[in-house]
Amino acid sequence: MKPPSISTLLAASGAAAALFAAAQVHPQSAVDEIAKYRQQLQDGNPAELWEARGEGLWKQKRGPKNASLEQCNLGKGPGVVKGAYAELPRHFADADRVMDLETRLVHCMVTIQGMKPEDATKRTFGSGSNRSDIEALTAWITSESKGVVMNVALRHAKEKEAYKLGEKIFYFRGGPHDFACATCHGESGKRIRLQDLPNLTEKAGAQLGYTTWPAYRVSQGELRTFQWRLYDCFRQQRFPELIFGSEASIALTAFLARNANGAAFNAPAIKR
Amino acid sequence: MNQSRRNALRAGGGASVLALLFAAGILRPGETLAADWNEAAFSVKTLPEVLRALGAQSPASSDAIQIKAPEIAENGAVVPIGVESRLPGTQSITLLIEKNPQPLTASFDIPAGTEPNVSTRVKMGQSSDVYALVKADGKFYMAKKEIKITLGGCGG
Amino acid sequence: MADPMRIRVAARDGMVNVRVLMSHEMETGQRKDGAGNLVPAHYIRNVTATHQGKTVLSAQWGPAVAKNPFLEFSFKGGQKGDKVVVTWEDNKGEKRSDEATIN
Repeated sequence: MKPPSISTLLAASGAAAALFAAAQVHPQSAVDEIAKYRQQLQDGNPAELWEARGEGLWKQKRGPKNASLEQCNLGKGPGVVKGAYAELPRHFADADRVMDLETRLVHCMVTIQGMKPEDATKRTFGSGSNRSDIEALTAWITSESKGVVMNVALRHAKEKEAYKLGEKIFYFRGGPHDFACATCHGESGKRIRLQDLPNLTEKAGAQLGYTTWPAYRVSQGELRTFQWRLYDCFRQQRFPELIFGSEASIALTAFLARNANGAAFNAPAIKR
Repeated sequence: MNQSRRNALRAGGGASVLALLFAAGILRPGETLAADWNEAAFSVKTLPEVLRALGAQSPASSDAIQIKAPEIAENGAVVPIGVESRLPGTQSITLLIEKNPQPLTASFDIPAGTEPNVSTRVKMGQSSDVYALVKADGKFYMAKKEIKITLGGCGG
Repeated sequence: MADPMRIRVAARDGMVNVRVLMSHEMETGQRKDGAGNLVPAHYIRNVTATHQGKTVLSAQWGPAVAKNPFLEFSFKGGQKGDKVVVTWEDNKGEKRSDEATIN
């Protein structure tokens, strides 16, 4: 049995009586309290540590060609970082492919810095002291699109193709559980335990779902990117591993990013 | 006896390192080395033992100590906690998490001119009462708040 | 060398508000890695903040402070252009010191 002294003292004082009444947590207020928890985390986001590192990596001369990434074209011209993420994925003429941010970064690391593709993708998702440069670069580049309205165009034939492929994948049921993305993300008002599931087939849900990645994930103590989010969803669906930078991952990203058009980009965020 | 030991003994003359530094004017009385860390208090496993190790056996409860923290934390790995003390003469604010393996979590010394209001983030292994122990004018006071830890789910 | 801290210092109504993000694993020593081995404890034990050389906060931490620690506090008497220095030292003796200018 708990020692009574402090509780009794608190209960005796008038101010504490109100506290006790408010502390009767009803199921609905549990959701509100969790919203408060998330709100309190927003200030002082450890993602800023990745952003700082990413900015350094963008400007640092690296690789066999001893060059920085400052001439990398993310779609708005060489070296233009501000607002670039809000327009990705997009078709790039020099590679004649649709690319998301992460594949575009690998492309620049290979062509501008002279790295081998396998070296550039040696560590895509970091863990503790095993850092991922791509995560850091993504953190900084996305922070330069914070507040920018999502504006993924579908002009080029390959962009339209990517969107259609992404849509198909979204609804494709497979794996041992016969899950599709839509299984969890195709209805409103659903949750897994206490995690709300955004309905990605509706405008509001699609906007919320996409504009809050990348994010510092408290449960992992790491900054995670959108490629990681998709990879992890595939893992949770018991699908085969989603290869980093694969056509499937870019197509899904194109579908989800385009569906978020019109909303202000709001990452790097901080999440459970 | 090797040379470095001889030198150390000559310089020290048996006095403690702190006394040496005070004498040399490197530290002023009241300051301590940065490496000063209350090993005993940080290693004990129950709340009464921590309070004893901190010399705070029976702290009075106080409404003047406000703990700002969520009622429910989605993940115990990062729980935001702020403590504000309106007790005059607040010297230190200490955070204790009762059900953690070692309750003593963090202790803040508040010099004159600094607001007795600190915020940080802590790890909680399970739902628990969190205590804020304040030393003010040489006396100890305490407040508590229960924080529930819950598992969020899969994604997000 | 440990990663730099992010320190924000803002002067508001005669008070200086300090917000610090530190890059540190804050490993408790109780966690096991994939192979089942205990990951050794590695956490910040001491934090000091000074303004013009005067200590404005000092703290002793244990491993229960969260990874990539956040710290916020305020003090009186700082002016724009003054320097605030934050230093941490961990249980392995590693240290990191960063400064920020009040703006």
